Amino acid sequence: MVNIILQIAGGIMLLSIILTMFRFFKAGSLVDRVIAFDVMTIISISLIALISHFSGRTIYIDVAIIYGLLSFLGVIIIARYLEKSL
Amino acid sequence: MEVLQIIGALITLLGSVFLLLGSIGLVRMPDVFTRIQTGTKASTLGAILSLLGIGIIYLDVAGKIFLLIVFILITNPVSSHMLARAAHYIGVKKADVTVVDELEDFENEKQKNETQISE
Repeated sequence: MVNIILQIAGGIMLLSIILTMFRFFKAGSLVDRVIAFDVMTIISISLIALISHFSGRTIYIDVAIIYGLLSFLGVIIIARYLEKSL
Repeated sequence: MEVLQIIGALITLLGSVFLLLGSIGLVRMPDVFTRIQTGTKASTLGAILSLLGIGIIYLDVAGKIFLLIVFILITNPVSSHMLARAAHYIGVKKADVTVVDELEDFENEKQKNETQISE
């Protein structure tokens, strides 16, 4: 029962990754691409938590923490570069 | 224990529905600023709910999950705020239906005051 519900949740998350990829490749400006990338990383954090359930290794939660830290730094650096050119 | 796990799985399902709503908004919204708004609000709530569900299922890693939730809750609005500010300053086009832009009004007023002082 728990596995079936979590598989449906994973399917919905993959569908939203595909919709975000559509916006990523068909972007109007650079900022559009960056915001699509940001949303993709947030969905990926949730997917990593689901993968840690399916593979039975809760150590993958640590990977999600590091991934969130790196994506935050990346978006901050790009926004800073666009505003004041580093 | 089984009931608690099913509740956690249902919360994760609710969070994934919010993630889907966020990405639908990312596809359908007309300009950059509305996309930033929908992409941040809905996906923050979705990620928090789905991580909370996993934390309810595995109570022994609930500390790490709590750390991750607090981290997302702090960093995600900050990064989208900086991105919207940068988009405003490099002059990204707004949608035709935009009603109010307070940052532009503020900048205009500041410039007017400075010219008055220099005169």
